Amino acid sequence: MAAAPSIAPSISGETLTAFLLRLADDHLVLGHRLSEWCGHAPMLEEDLAMPNMALDLIGQARSLYQYAGEVEGKGRDEDQIAYVRREREYVNCLMAERQNGDFAHTMLRQFYFAALMLPLWQAMMTSTDERLAGIAAKAEKEVAYHIRHAGEWVVRLGDGTEESTRRMKAAVEALAPYVDELFESDDVTRAVAEAGIAPDPSTLRPAFDAIVGPVFAEAGLEWVETPYGQTGGRQGRHGEALGFLLAELQYMQRTYPGMTW
Amino acid sequence: MQSPSSDPSGHLLPARGEKEERAYRAAAAVVDPEIPAVTIADLGILRGVEMDGDVAVARVTPTYTGCPAVLAIELAVETALREAGFEPRVERVISPAWTTDWITAVGREKLRAYGIAPPVKASNSIRALFGETEVACPRCGSLETARISEFGSTACKALYRCQSCHEPFDYFKCI
Repeated sequence: MAAAPSIAPSISGETLTAFLLRLADDHLVLGHRLSEWCGHAPMLEEDLAMPNMALDLIGQARSLYQYAGEVEGKGRDEDQIAYVRREREYVNCLMAERQNGDFAHTMLRQFYFAALMLPLWQAMMTSTDERLAGIAAKAEKEVAYHIRHAGEWVVRLGDGTEESTRRMKAAVEALAPYVDELFESDDVTRAVAEAGIAPDPSTLRPAFDAIVGPVFAEAGLEWVETPYGQTGGRQGRHGEALGFLLAELQYMQRTYPGMTW
Repeated sequence: MQSPSSDPSGHLLPARGEKEERAYRAAAAVVDPEIPAVTIADLGILRGVEMDGDVAVARVTPTYTGCPAVLAIELAVETALREAGFEPRVERVISPAWTTDWITAVGREKLRAYGIAPPVKASNSIRALFGETEVACPRCGSLETARISEFGSTACKALYRCQSCHEPFDYFKCI
C-alpha cells in the first residue's frame, strides 16, 4: 500500500475521511441505483446511457474510497469500505438511495444530484488538497454531460404529454423533501471549507438554483416548497430502501469474503 | 505515430536515452481495446515512459474515471513492455485531467477514417445545454447530422446519424 498521503495540516485525517466517505457513498449508492435500470430502460439509447452514467459515478466513488482508505490509514481498500460496511455506517444523502420509481423520477433525481455536483466539483478543482483537485478536474467534465442528459429529459417529460407532465410533477413533489439535505452544513463540512478543501454545501444553493431554475422554466415545472425536509443520511440514519440496496450490492463479498475474479 | 519528441500541444519533451526510446515505442504502439484503430499515444492517454533503474515506468491516464478499459490498457502496456525486454511498471495518473484535446492530429484523422467523428471543441459547454453541436459525418463530411443519443457504446462516444448519407455513426465526445 502507498505511503500515507500528505493532507492539509489544518484538518484532521478523521474529518477528511468523514468528508470523503460522504461524497464517495453518494456516488456509489446513486451509481448502483442507475445500474438497476440496465436492461429495463424505456429505450435502447437510455439502456446505454444509464450504465454509462453509473460507470462515471462508480468510477468517481472508487477514486474517493481509495483516497479515504489511505487517509484513514487502517489498511482498508476501496472494496472493504464499499462492501463490508453496514447500513448505519453509510453516510450518503437520502436522495441518492431513493428508489428509482419511474423514469421521470430517476431523471429528476439525477438532474438534482448533477446540479449539486457541478458547482461542487468546479470549486474543488482549486482545492488545497491536490489529490481531490485532480479527481474534481476529471469529474467536472463527466457531470456536465449528466446535467445535459438529465436536464433534457426533465424538459421533454415536463413539457411533454399529459401523462409525462403528470409523472414529472409527481417526481418534483416526491423528491422535494430530499433537496435541503444536500446543502446541510455541520462540523465536517465547515472544517473542510475552512481548510480550503471543498466549499461548504450551504454556499452552493444559488449555483444549484441557477441550473435548476431555467430547466424548470422550460419544462413548465414549478418548485414545490416542502414544510419539512428529510435528513439524517450524513449521520447514518437511512430510509428502508438503503438496506435492500446494500443487500444486493454486498451480496457476493458477504457470501464469499475477500473473493476476487 | 506522433513524433516521440513532442507532446500533443507541441511542447518539446526532454531527450530520451536509447532504452527509454525503445520502451516508449513499445508502449506507444498499444491500441485502444475499444477503438483498435488508434494507439494509446494517438489518444494521448500514454503520458510518458521513463526508466527507473532497470524498470520501465509507463504513466497512463484514463479518459473517463470509470472507463472499464483502463485495466485492459494497463495490462496491454505491461505486456508490450515485457515483450520488448523490459521489467514493466504501470502507474495510473489522473492529473492533469485528460481531455479530448490530448488526442493528436494523427489520432483524429485515424478516428475519422475508422468511421468515428472526432471531437468538436467546446461542445460540452453548459451554455450549450440545448444547443446542438455541429458534427461532420465521418463518411460523407456533411454537417447535416443529428444526435440520436448522448451516450454510445462506450463512455467516450455519442450516437449520431447523418441526414445526407443516412448512415449512423459514433461521435467521440468532447470533454
